Amino acid sequence: MTSPNPSDHQRPERAADSSLAIELIGINKHFGPVHANRDINLAIKRGTVHGIVGENGAGKSTLMSILYGFYTADSGEIRVNGVPHAITDSRHALALGIGMVHQHFMLVDNFTVLENIVLGAEDSALLRPTLNKAREHLKQLARDYGLEINPDAIVENLSVGQQQRVEILKALYRGAETLILDEPTGVLTPAEADHLFRILRKLREEGKTIILITHKLREIMAITDEVSVMRQGTMVQTLNTSDTSPEQLAELMVGRRVLLRVEKGPANPGKVLLDVKDLIVSDDFKVPRVKNVSFQVRAGEIVGIAGVAGNGQSELLESIAGMRDQLGGTISVNGNVLSLDGDDGAKRARDAGLAHVPEDRLRMGLITNFAAWENAILGYQDKYGSGLGLDIAKARETATEYMKKFDVRPASLDLKTANFSGGNQQKIVLAREMERDPDVLIVGQPTRGVDIGAIEFIHNQIIKMRDAGKAILLVSVELDEIRSLSDRILVMFDGHIVGEADPATADETELGLLMTGSHPDRVVTEPGTLPEHETPIQQTLVQMSPKNNAGRETN
Amino acid sequence: MEQLIVDLTLILDSTTRLAVPLILACLAGLYSERAGIVDIGLEGKLLAGAFAAAATAAVTGSAWLGLLAGIGAALVFSGIHGLASINFKGNQAISGVALNFLAAGLTTFLGQSWFKRGGYTPQLSGDRRFNPITLPFANELREVPIIGQIYYELISGHNIITYFAFIAVPVTAWVLFRTRFGLRLRAVGENPKAIDTAGISVTRLRYQALIITAVLVGIGGAYLSIAQSAGFNNNMSAGRGYIALAALIFAKWRPGPALLVCLMFGFLDAVQFRIQGQEFPIIGEVPVQAIQALPYILTVILLAGFVGRAVAPKASGIPYTKER
Repeated sequence: MTSPNPSDHQRPERAADSSLAIELIGINKHFGPVHANRDINLAIKRGTVHGIVGENGAGKSTLMSILYGFYTADSGEIRVNGVPHAITDSRHALALGIGMVHQHFMLVDNFTVLENIVLGAEDSALLRPTLNKAREHLKQLARDYGLEINPDAIVENLSVGQQQRVEILKALYRGAETLILDEPTGVLTPAEADHLFRILRKLREEGKTIILITHKLREIMAITDEVSVMRQGTMVQTLNTSDTSPEQLAELMVGRRVLLRVEKGPANPGKVLLDVKDLIVSDDFKVPRVKNVSFQVRAGEIVGIAGVAGNGQSELLESIAGMRDQLGGTISVNGNVLSLDGDDGAKRARDAGLAHVPEDRLRMGLITNFAAWENAILGYQDKYGSGLGLDIAKARETATEYMKKFDVRPASLDLKTANFSGGNQQKIVLAREMERDPDVLIVGQPTRGVDIGAIEFIHNQIIKMRDAGKAILLVSVELDEIRSLSDRILVMFDGHIVGEADPATADETELGLLMTGSHPDRVVTEPGTLPEHETPIQQTLVQMSPKNNAGRETN
Repeated sequence: MEQLIVDLTLILDSTTRLAVPLILACLAGLYSERAGIVDIGLEGKLLAGAFAAAATAAVTGSAWLGLLAGIGAALVFSGIHGLASINFKGNQAISGVALNFLAAGLTTFLGQSWFKRGGYTPQLSGDRRFNPITLPFANELREVPIIGQIYYELISGHNIITYFAFIAVPVTAWVLFRTRFGLRLRAVGENPKAIDTAGISVTRLRYQALIITAVLVGIGGAYLSIAQSAGFNNNMSAGRGYIALAALIFAKWRPGPALLVCLMFGFLDAVQFRIQGQEFPIIGEVPVQAIQALPYILTVILLAGFVGRAVAPKASGIPYTKER
């Protein structure tokens, strides 16, 4: 196989009568004992956006990796433009015009955009001619599809949305006719996602075929022409998007009826349980991340903090949980000011009646090498046994109770936590923190990497806590989640609370503007942070300043 | 004044000689670490290369065959390292340390059983060594003050490996930053998945890097035993492989700075030779051991405080696994 070359390499002959870009017939793939793809059939029409939905582990990514030549199928046939091909590696797939934008970008961070784009598709042993050609080609792609990017920028300095654009350009540069996007919006702000969808529509207009893998049903409804649903390694059904509904898709994905909307009654706020005043927190590199933040959470209400990841929410959570020292301000739980500095801050916070479900369960919530029963008491181990002894029988009893109550599957006490699915791991953490009957519960990303069925369960548990009169602080990058669970929404941007919204009335555009610091009425004017901007051009400059890394694109 | 220039020229001349094995080992390490493979085993390869070169030169009478043998020995060691760390995804530091032990033991053992001189190979002379090359007009220009002296003493009169080492630096920079191979090599050390998804074999690229590493460090080993010295003796690499690694970090994995750092270590070594036994005001005579320790002490100080943040290639030391 010669190196794929956008200008002169031979496209396979098109079967003129065939309207199908890709056909997968009887695909099977095993990973050890796991049957990841079971007899999959899939036909994708040329010039359409085809969605593939399914829960984590349904086999979507595996199937696409087979099409892209990253894995080889155990059996089955792949037809591209009606012609059967045994796709042996990614280079082969690229030569057939199949490009993939991976969920985790396959970019070299310290390379320039240009270097990343030509990597693996160089024309000759010397780089210069290729780089010059790619530069011209990029200009043309930018013109055709609105994919503007500075070719000499270093990738690690780009925003996530821009990095994704580089991935798309990489595929187009290699002459991709079919573009596979794996969970492309998981890391994007709403505005960035909109921009991506505009690009995808443009690509479709130009005759490209797009395969979109996602678990967000709203996106499927918004952009796809057809949608295929996968469940536990099998292809359940392919539907015309216009003939289906999110409810139907969710049911097909999970195999039972799922309530997509959280059902909750009105909040009944009582006295203030969590009171944060003028809190200042810095990150590990001594950069201030939380800047004079004050808010209160009352008994019986859920306060959601919305914001683009990296605007201080993580530091705020960790500080309240006692894991991060404060530079200033106070945190009171139930009227008592917590002194949380020092190494045992987390323990003191817990003793004061605060429970914490950390954002990253694998890094902070669990020790994945420990068994389920050990993780179920982690942080509360002092309550089991006295002195040096650990009352294992009692701990296992507690764990059994938790697993039953939270429907953790498999209900195996001795299974290593690493071997549970994301949803079940999260349930173990939630059970441990919720069942201690805290006054204040702070929850970070409760459903990150969790299946739709488990999401429903987790949301209901959080509502139940609220109705039991607890004060709940919720941080999530999923705006939908914040909107459906919260009774009040606080928007965080660049370490400040820049606005408060009522979830019943707030509209997404307005929240999006707040989240990116570009809402005209709520400009951060504190000296030394962001300059005031009145005209659109100044606004753009603010968004491009390095301070505002995550929210750079709001066009 | 005249004397100072002569002294300085002499010190720089010996700096050059002492820096050569460091430069070669450092560039060798650069290729493998840029490809994502940590090579603690440089020291062992240097030693094995030195022994193989001296033994072969002594037996065959040809320095060139000795050089080939030195490269060959380093290639075998690199092959083992590659097998352990690329194919079997083992721990690269452990594989490297094991190779260092293997080299130290094997060279002494084989040297003793083959030549029966307590680990030394026979003294080499004539064609069994790489001898100094006198560049054109060196003798004619010798009498010209300063420039002629510098040309005669510093530029001319080195053996071929020395010239090779200095040419290898810009060549490495060119390969790394101007060629397709260099682009891929740097990419595989930063994010091998990007290489894999581009349809290029990670394994093959990493082996290619290891081969270049072996060739360079093998030549460095041969330099020690059949160019700089006239024969092999026990543990003659004397930690140069480790210093080369330190230099690599100090140079932040870039060829140009690597040359400068290696020259600096060479210079310290040269100064160390010259000030041995000399009386200093106030301090008096400094013990030889203290002076000999200077380059090593400097390494520690530099690494501890003055390097700043040296960011290694991101995938360095991590075996690449494709499956999920």
